Amino acid sequence: MMPTRVLVPSGVLGLGFDTDALARGVAASPDIIAIDGGSTDSGPFYLGTGTSKYSRAVCRDEWRQLLAARAAAGVPLVIGSCGTCGSASAVDWMFEITCELVAELGQSLRVARLYSDVPIDELRRARDAGRLSPLDPALPIDDTALAGMTNIVALAGAEQIQAAIDTGADVVLAGRTTDTATIAALPLARGAHAGAAWHGAKIAECGAFCTTRPASGVIMVSFDETGFTVTPMGDGVRCTPQSVAAHMLYENSDPWILHEPGGHLDVTAASYAEAADDGVRVEGAAWVAAPDYRVKLEGARLAGYQTMMLAVIRDPRYVDAVSDWADRLLAHCRGLITVSLGLPDDAYDIELRLIGVDSALGGLERDRGSPVEVGVMLLITGAGQTVASEIAAVINPHLLHYPLTDDEPMPTFAFPVSPVHSDRGAVYEFALNHVLRLTDPMDGFRLRVDEVGHG
Amino acid sequence: MAELREVASRIRSKNAGPFWITIDIFCDSPDVLARVVAALPAERVADHLRLDASHLKRFEMPTLNVLKFSFPRPHPQGSLRDRDMHGAQVALLLESLEV
Repeated sequence: MMPTRVLVPSGVLGLGFDTDALARGVAASPDIIAIDGGSTDSGPFYLGTGTSKYSRAVCRDEWRQLLAARAAAGVPLVIGSCGTCGSASAVDWMFEITCELVAELGQSLRVARLYSDVPIDELRRARDAGRLSPLDPALPIDDTALAGMTNIVALAGAEQIQAAIDTGADVVLAGRTTDTATIAALPLARGAHAGAAWHGAKIAECGAFCTTRPASGVIMVSFDETGFTVTPMGDGVRCTPQSVAAHMLYENSDPWILHEPGGHLDVTAASYAEAADDGVRVEGAAWVAAPDYRVKLEGARLAGYQTMMLAVIRDPRYVDAVSDWADRLLAHCRGLITVSLGLPDDAYDIELRLIGVDSALGGLERDRGSPVEVGVMLLITGAGQTVASEIAAVINPHLLHYPLTDDEPMPTFAFPVSPVHSDRGAVYEFALNHVLRLTDPMDGFRLRVDEVGHG
Repeated sequence: MAELREVASRIRSKNAGPFWITIDIFCDSPDVLARVVAALPAERVADHLRLDASHLKRFEMPTLNVLKFSFPRPHPQGSLRDRDMHGAQVALLLESLEV
């Protein structure tokens, strides 16, 4: 069996890569070019809105280079989790960029789009049919919980990516996929060792993160019947057994086990050894097939509309007593909101965070230093933007002037900008932590193939 | 006695999906790892992070000289009460632990 060589240009489209390293990768005759387009790591807003975190211009520029590299190599180019969140709108966003570039580059391409979206009605039916299983921590999936969800996606695995490649596509634009699926798909289809295919895909999912120089981006992974070899494409970059093995730890709650659609990877028995060209050879990982085919789900729900305010306290007397001051300010403002707007406390949410005290760690913070100044960040969340803005307007003069005691001159704190409030619009939260059992891996996934740039 | 920050070569934390955080403590040698492993039983770290110890997963990884902890986030990533979307600051809490 010939090895299957997967060129991974970087950890995610939009993060950048070394263009010389990409050229070296193309010259090394890959069988496929695979890159990730997103993850949940940027937060729920992107899935909530179905939009990309990364700049369109940056993604477009990098995608242009990858389309050129694809043409030079004459192999398929696959991107998973398009536009950060992998929703249908984000897949179509990448399709639009692709169409623009194909015209500019004068190429003719078959483009396959793989959609991963799960409609709420379908999710409800799956729940009622007992095909949904909770992961830890379990989240509610009753009708109320489902109703507020704006986007739900299923994470595609190797099978769905293989189906997209099998259309003969030059370019595959996939909705949400696991981090590994786009890399593992072709080696698995060609008979590579299954444990090695998934293990190598996990090691390569962040591009050159598994090397001594993460910013270089580009790596090549060669898969065969017994293992895989990962080789950096950047000049002067090395993979070491340590740098490669350590990537199993990254963003992984269990360093030995990785769950994927249809089974799990177990790397307990893996061994790592130096190989030619500053690469590393890895063998020994096992793929454990599951009796059922399950895909993980992600969902985002509208949490409300938010207004943010930020004031700065510099007066040392107020800085010293800032926590008590903040508690009194909040209680005072809640009373005003009830009187002025007729809103009970549970009709809105206010959180006050003290920057310079414990704003990053909250109750876990143990270090009580002596800050020179404290930022007072107010986060006001309501059922609509108007109510959140109104609450901010009620609070505004008190955030500026609220005294530490009743019998003292009114202080004036620093408002750093005008207006001091910012309407943040809709905010979202992750609302699903479940797996969905499928009869066939393509159930619910949708493929669309277009010939782009053909006259 | 010394603080963990003086003994370990690197301490990092990060999201492991939207609902978990994972902490990796890298050591330079088996001796250092043994010292860190002995000093940081799950109960002590859980207490420090105000977690129920039954929710804290602990992995000793001698081949990498790493001690790893994973636990469910107190608030899901990016939810209203979450203060650190990527979960990278929680590692700093372990730096001052005596080992």
